[in-house]
Amino acid sequence: MSDTVIQVESLWKEYRLGVISHHTLTRDLQSWWARVCGKEDPNSQIGSAHPSRSEDRFWALQDVSFEVKQGEILGIIGRNGAGKSTLLKILSQVTAPTKGEVRFKGRIASLLEVGTGFHPELTGRENIFLNGAILGMSKNDICDRLDEIVAFAEVEKFIDTPVKRYSSGMYVRLAFAVAAHLEPEILIVDEVLAVGDAQFQKKCLGKLESVGKEGRTVLFVSHDMTSITRLCDRAILLYQGHIVNDGPADEVAGSYMDTGLGVQALRLWPDMKNAPGNNIVRLRSAKIKLEDGSHSETIDIRSPLGIEIEYDVFEEGHLLVPNYNLRNREGIVLFFALDQDTAWKEHSRCKGRYKSTAWVPGNFFAEGIVIVNIAITTFMPFHVHIHERDAVVFQIVDSLDGDSARREFGGSLPGVVRPLLRWTTDFEAVIE
Amino acid sequence: MNNTHKQKWDKIIRPRTGWFDIHPGELWKYRDLIGLFVWRDFVAIYKQTILGPLWYIVQPLLTTLVFTVIFGTVAKLPTDGLPPFLFYLSGVIAWRYFADCLNNTANTFVGNAHIFGKVYFPRLTVPVSVVISNLIGFGIQFLLFIAFFLYYWQNSSVIHPQPALLLLPILVIQMAALGLGFGIIVSSMTTRYRDLTHLVGFGVQLWMYATPVVYPASSLPENWRWILLLNPMAPVIEAFRYAFLGTGSINLQSWLISLLNTVFILFVGIILFSRVEKSFMDTV
Repeated sequence: MSDTVIQVESLWKEYRLGVISHHTLTRDLQSWWARVCGKEDPNSQIGSAHPSRSEDRFWALQDVSFEVKQGEILGIIGRNGAGKSTLLKILSQVTAPTKGEVRFKGRIASLLEVGTGFHPELTGRENIFLNGAILGMSKNDICDRLDEIVAFAEVEKFIDTPVKRYSSGMYVRLAFAVAAHLEPEILIVDEVLAVGDAQFQKKCLGKLESVGKEGRTVLFVSHDMTSITRLCDRAILLYQGHIVNDGPADEVAGSYMDTGLGVQALRLWPDMKNAPGNNIVRLRSAKIKLEDGSHSETIDIRSPLGIEIEYDVFEEGHLLVPNYNLRNREGIVLFFALDQDTAWKEHSRCKGRYKSTAWVPGNFFAEGIVIVNIAITTFMPFHVHIHERDAVVFQIVDSLDGDSARREFGGSLPGVVRPLLRWTTDFEAVIE
Repeated sequence: MNNTHKQKWDKIIRPRTGWFDIHPGELWKYRDLIGLFVWRDFVAIYKQTILGPLWYIVQPLLTTLVFTVIFGTVAKLPTDGLPPFLFYLSGVIAWRYFADCLNNTANTFVGNAHIFGKVYFPRLTVPVSVVISNLIGFGIQFLLFIAFFLYYWQNSSVIHPQPALLLLPILVIQMAALGLGFGIIVSSMTTRYRDLTHLVGFGVQLWMYATPVVYPASSLPENWRWILLLNPMAPVIEAFRYAFLGTGSINLQSWLISLLNTVFILFVGIILFSRVEKSFMDTV
């Protein structure tokens, strides 16, 4: 008999937007002094004499309720800002809910981001202990599983080397190994699989699967519908803080894609600190645009479309190559595109704001969802500055006007691309 | 099948309620983590520099030398008839432990935001481990003090250790508790007021001059001494000196008051801290 291990009951979470406080004591004292003297607050925004507080607030989660049974692998999906991360943060007790209650049995360990608490000066072995303890394990528990962790992470040779000398791949492998082997009753996984090579990703997915079979519960958040459907029994779909769908993973994932909830043609990163990138280059926005420059989620199969990114370069002297990786709903990679602009091919970029657009001709994609990964890479020596998975998602529709590749045919057509080819016919009337 | 009420839950996450939502038992459950944090700080210091542990000795020695020259030789402040070097050294190492605890815990929330934002563990483990790892530094400096103390004890007749030496562990705990208490109060407030961070280092330095570190309490005019009652660190330093060197104007009453103050400050600190720890991730 399966047993409920997590019970979430009408969970609400409110965030305040904008300026919460002036964040400096002197300014707060200034405002306070102005109020005492009956003067206008020198720090209040112009034109907002009586700012209505309710407008600066928004509900990241609204009346979210669900239950998870023991051994279940639950997928949580939704577009950016739907409330997935907020839900995970509450479940992993990083922040408190505004209303509602969560009850659970056993220990929750979260992999919100791997390698939390790793100290660069300590060796791999020492970090396993430290990281394990942060995740709530006792020393003895960690001792028992040390060999297993080291073997899984494939870092036997370097286990007594400080982790600051590890490659990023080794670092991630070790961190994932610790969290996956510490055997919490409930494991929360958020997009960790975006890192590491393909082989290791497979290994991680396999490990998660076996964790589920051992009777432990996994909450899995991912944009990748293929791993959601493969891994999860059940999925919930969040949209603007509500649960809009709860059911078998393949159905929920399918409806997510089909209803266009997962589509997002414009992404902005207004806050530089949280924008994807590093000290050399950072992404500002990404969009799918039409020839007239407007962004659009749904695009006619016949019209050309541009994939545009805007980014700031902070450091000179790097050969930066924007590149895109496009795949369809099934996860099949349609193509990979590298910046071909000859003006910048051989030139390192100077500081400033750039916009790069790749134009895809009309009559090229098949109908359906196209998901775009965006990266900016230096190839000599190889270094990835930005890699934003699922940055933008758009939908190709075919309007049945008769002049696209499908002509007037209304049924479903196979194929990952649907080019409008030039056909020629040679005809010879045979005369008997 | 609604058997919610019959089921036993290990943990219930609720909205923040009231001021007294404190769970001291959790700290005990995470004692391994505290131990590992202490050990991490220790190892990191040793690995980074060869001079690492030596700094523990060089810093108080140099400070004491400077104090001896400036306040002893140049300004000719009284030292209750004690050898100036030993007088300043005793004040400096006792003050340093308190100041280090305060300074190093004052940045708990902002400095650990990257970890706190991702995993849950009782946040108090961080400042508590800081206080314990500072104890190692204090221990090294204390041995230095003991070496000089024994030397002067052999070679001069003005030093009279008192039975109050038995209270030494309580004094050390009190220094730690005061440093921790003020530190976590400040760290809770810095989540809202960032500029407080700049004030702390400076404030602690000024505070030292309001405490009988470079001068004995007996050198203050009689009708000014009540001010020292407001400063919980003053009786601690005086008691420390009295226990080892046998001088000073400490009385039991003022020490007990400072002990009560310490408990109060620590309590306020813990309440503020546990209130902030639940919500600061939304504002940081």
